[in-house]
Order: sequence, then C-alpha cells, then structure tokens
Amino acid sequence: MRILEGKGVTKYFGGLAAISNVDFHVKKGEAFGLIGPNGAGKTTLFNVISASLTTTSGTIRFKGENITGLKPYKICRMGVARTFQTVKIFPDLPVISNVILGLHFGMSAKISSAEKTQKAAEYLEFVGLSKMIMAPAKDLTLANQKRLEVARALATKPELLMLDELMAGLTHTEVGEAMELVTRIRERGITIIMIEHVMTAIMSVCERIMVLHHGEKIAEGKPKEIATSKEVIEVYLGE
Amino acid sequence: MDIATLKTKQNLITGAILLILLILLATLPLYKPGYSVILLSSILMYVILTVSWVIFSGPTGYISLAPAAFFGVGIYASAIIGKAIPFPVVVLIGGVASFVLALLVGALTLRLRGIYFAVFTFGLVMLISNAMNYYEIHFTGTRGRFVMVIDYNTIYLYMLGIFVLLMIAATIIKRSKYGLALMSIGQEEEAAEHTGVNVVMVKVIIFAISAFFMGAAGSVMATKWTYIDPGIAFNPFYSFMPVLMAIFGGMGQLFGPVIGSAIFTYLEEFLITKFAELYMLIFGAILVVSILYLPDGLVGLIQKLWKRFSERKHANT
Repeated sequence: MRILEGKGVTKYFGGLAAISNVDFHVKKGEAFGLIGPNGAGKTTLFNVISASLTTTSGTIRFKGENITGLKPYKICRMGVARTFQTVKIFPDLPVISNVILGLHFGMSAKISSAEKTQKAAEYLEFVGLSKMIMAPAKDLTLANQKRLEVARALATKPELLMLDELMAGLTHTEVGEAMELVTRIRERGITIIMIEHVMTAIMSVCERIMVLHHGEKIAEGKPKEIATSKEVIEVYLGE
Repeated sequence: MDIATLKTKQNLITGAILLILLILLATLPLYKPGYSVILLSSILMYVILTVSWVIFSGPTGYISLAPAAFFGVGIYASAIIGKAIPFPVVVLIGGVASFVLALLVGALTLRLRGIYFAVFTFGLVMLISNAMNYYEIHFTGTRGRFVMVIDYNTIYLYMLGIFVLLMIAATIIKRSKYGLALMSIGQEEEAAEHTGVNVVMVKVIIFAISAFFMGAAGSVMATKWTYIDPGIAFNPFYSFMPVLMAIFGGMGQLFGPVIGSAIFTYLEEFLITKFAELYMLIFGAILVVSILYLPDGLVGLIQKLWKRFSERKHANT
C-alpha cells in the first residue's frame, strides 16, 4: 500500500525550479531514502510534503487523501511528523516539555496530563535521553538535540516520519546509534523518509532510494541499483 | 510527608494569603476611602494593562504596542453607550469590542514578526485615534465626549474585579497546553507548527483575550476622567507603559508584572508630587538602570537574592 504519493510535484522559487515534476511514492512500513548533491531539492521536497512551502503545481496524497495545500499543523495531526536539517528545538524549555508539546497537539488520544508526562518520559527513554529530561533543551549536545527532535516528532504519533539529515555532523559512534534508532522506529511500524549524506547509513537502512539532481528525479530503486547506476555516479563524481 | 501533600499544603497557604489580601483590598473603601482608593485604582489600571500585555507578548516575544488601541476602544465604548445601559453591561461591551478588534487585527498582522509587528500595532493606535478625530470633526462637529460619572469606590471595586478575573485567566492560560504552545511559538515558531500547534489560531485567540481585559479596564477608567477625546483615549503612553512595566517587574512569573507595574505607578505618583520638575529625568534613569542591570526584572533580582540567602542558611546548618 502506498502511504505517500506525489504526482508532478513542482516548486519554483521565482524563475528557478527547486523541484520540477517529481513523481514518487512511499510504501507503508518501508524506509525510503532521498539523496542527491547539495541544492538538489531534497529539503525543498520535505518542506513541500510537510507544507512548510506550498507547491507550485502537482499533488501529494497521504493514505489516498489529497493533502496539498493543507496547513502544517493539519498535516502533523494527520500523522506526518518531521525533523529539521538545522535542529529546531525549543531551547529554553525543559527537554520533557519539548516532547509534551507533541503529545498535547499531535495525533495522540486524549489522556490526562500525568499520563502525558509518563508518555513523554517513555519517548525520551526510547531515544536515549532519559537522564536529562529536566535540562533546558539548549544545553544538549547536537546529537542529543537531534534525538530530542525525533522524540518530539514521535510524540505526535506519526505514521510517517521524515528525517532531514539526522546524521549530519555526528561522530562515527553517534551515526551508529542513530542508525540503530531508525531501525527501532521502523519496528514500531512507522514509515520513514530520510534525507542523508552519510551513504553507508542510507544504503544499509533504506529499502528504496530516490536520487534528485537539479530538482529532477534521476534515479530510483534498491540501494544496490543506485550504487551501481551510471547516471548517479556521474552526478556525484563528475564524468 | 511526601511531595504531593507538601505541595497541596503549600498551595493552601498561598491560597489563604491571597484570599486575605483580596478581602483586605475589597474592603479598603470602608476603612480608607479617598486618596488611597484613587491611587489604587490607577495602580490597578496599569497592573491590568501590563498583565494582559504579558499574557500574550511575554511567552511569544511578539512585542505588541496596541494596548492603547484596545484600552481606548473600551474608553470610547463607555463614552458612547455608558448613559443608556447598566454599567456592568457597558464594561462587558467595552471588553468584547476590544476582543473583536483584536481578532480582526490579529488575523491580519500576526503573520508579521519582530519589529514589523511592533510597528504595525503602534500604527493601529495612531490609525484609530486619527480616524476617531476625523469622524468627530466632520460628522458630529464636536471634539471629545462627556462620560457618565461614577463614584471612586465603585470604579475601584470594578477594577479590582477585572484584576481578579484577569489573574485567574492568566493562570489558567499559563498552566494549560496553550501556555506551553505560546512559549514554543516564541522560541521556534516553525517547529511548533510542525508539532501540531495551530499557531495562527493560538496567537489570535490569546491576543484577543488579552485585549478583552484592556478594553474592560478602559471602559471603567473612562468614568473617572468624565471627559475624553481621541487624544486622551488613545494616548500612546498606554502602549509603552505596559512594556516598560513588564520589563521592570520581570516576565518569568505572573506576579512579576503585577509587582513591577504597582511599584512603577506608585513611583510615578511619588515623583510627580515630590519632584515635579525632575520627575521624567529620575524616571528615565531608573528605567535605564533596571534594563541594564536587571535582565530578569525585579522578580528575577528577588529570586537571585533569595537563592543566595537560602544557600547561606544551608551552609550554616
């Protein structure tokens, strides 16, 4: 079953096509990778799906429903959560309050505030932040701030989670931990779309990968096919 | 004793103190009529303006300079319909009129951020003031209006009532999920939106609630002045004072703006009567010092001193 489907998705910034006429689909339960050189339009596509930006043309469907043109909070409440390339946490709020916000306003069922605190602590434990739940979020390391973003996104009870460069700027060990985290999120039945530059990570985690270049889709397929595709190698390494 | 019962006990004590304070304030006209009632009315006016301002602008960081507009709408509501309708209804209408205006203005302008929002809200004050002025000159042919007179004790009790309702509303908002949403909007609006917060709605509604109390206060205070015109009703002073008083008191806690504006107003009264010539000069100096050296306001300073004091006490034992 296709959980997310885009048809002819196009986004212009002035005269520049950041993404042009991209068709894609994501199947329920899979991990879908999005790669491409800098400026290829990966984050723009994320922004268009999560409605940070409006599409110039094309339609996006989530679980068969047309979500093009909806407001970001609506899309979140329908079950699409995201993280950001440059982390966007609430710096002066305690770590746990960052997550509680997601429980208050996301898709989650109506539960008492005591249960919400309990739940938030569970999500923080899941991402490995249980030791620092009362610290102001700004005091966390970059890796931990990224984990906090994931916990906050999970708290909105998404069916589809979009991770924008979860591993960028992390150390080797932290990349390993992040990959393990992605696997555990998938075990919860959550579909994942991820943008990543760390190739080993994306190749081993994702079932399917789409390659963007200058806003156009140039390849799509299994990691093996992508790694051996002549066109992709040309884009990344030059001719 | 576990923490939960300790906390309820603490809450009970705070509640009892607040209740006694409230009874003392409510019965003030009985044992101390005259000047103190008038002074406390104007203190309450600034407290209400400041706390209402803090409800919205404190957590979100959207600096609104519109208080004078909402306050003035309340004043004019009172002047226009005051003689025809029972006073409680007038106050309610003053509040609702400001609420509606804030809904409209908020829906239009709360997409603006930072300095643009501040400038626009200030423009609103000027716009309404001048539109009213134009209307009076060209259509009614008069300048200003007379407001019905109400005795000082009644004005005071109404202001006290609005203040109590405002504090209850502010506490409820702060503790609710919308309080958390407002803070998240102030810190990272985009992330808040992607975490399911309908940021436009939250901002507009809270902005309007804060305007309601400003308008209600305006319609009560109008009766104290007996005569008003656009220059009096929409005096930009009422836009700047809440901001200054909130900074002076500190916005971290709700009692910060209360203490800040109370002291500020008293200080103003004191300086005007004692040093009429130098009043603005001293006032300005105090402001500069407090902004430079009290980043968290008066309450922040008290908390810091208290912490130091209690640490020393622990060290001794």
